[in-house]
Amino acid sequence: MSTAEPRSIEPATVFAALGDPTRLALVRKLCDGQSRSIATLAADTELTRQAVTKHLAVMEDAGLVASERVGRESRYAFRPDAIEEARACLDAVSRQWDDALMRLKRFVED
Amino acid sequence: MSDSIEKSIDLAAPIERVWRALTDHREFGAWFRVAIDGPFALGEESRGRITHPGFENVKWQAEVVAMERPRLFAFTWHPYAVEPDVDYSGETPTRVEFHLEPIDTGTRLRVVESGFDALPPGRKAEAFRMNDGGWGGQMRNIAAHVDG
Repeated sequence: MSTAEPRSIEPATVFAALGDPTRLALVRKLCDGQSRSIATLAADTELTRQAVTKHLAVMEDAGLVASERVGRESRYAFRPDAIEEARACLDAVSRQWDDALMRLKRFVED
Repeated sequence: MSDSIEKSIDLAAPIERVWRALTDHREFGAWFRVAIDGPFALGEESRGRITHPGFENVKWQAEVVAMERPRLFAFTWHPYAVEPDVDYSGETPTRVEFHLEPIDTGTRLRVVESGFDALPPGRKAEAFRMNDGGWGGQMRNIAAHVDG
């Protein structure tokens, strides 16, 4: 019943996976924590099930969702770890800029 | 979530002073902590090495992509080229833009770094964490040292 073992999360892959309005919409649908089938996710959208399947594969690669086989269908659930990890890396870069800009400030104001 | 970082800081210095601190490679190197081999030139590659203690093996490799005095200076670079033996030149770099604007008290500087989504998937999260614990920490040490 279980999915492939969790892969290491790579922030760049997460950013790329999120950089698409369709996938962001899928994240929004899934972020209540409930798992959903492809048919459910494709309902109320212009997307075919094939298109949803492709987007979910990209998201699964990035660690944003995990799939689980229930009977004959795959169900997809959101995994928050990937987004948190990507955010942490942006925070780290952000802090480096804070430090560098404080040095620049001292440099030009002296 | 955005894949870019934006920072803004007000500097009590005229715009031409800030422009020089950004675009003169020696002045840039003094506050950014990098030893750059030669002057910045539009469209040309800039090479050198990071000068943070413990990170001297880290290469500085960038390409100047905009030099519109005194408003915009931009380069692309490989921000996590932390492994000395790896050639990062084939990877898509991130883009750093410095936007300068005169204000009553001096200069408003806006920095935008973008393109983190284009870093190759082979690059592990460890590289980011290493930067977080290592480089970021070093920078704070140096800042404290200079202040004290």
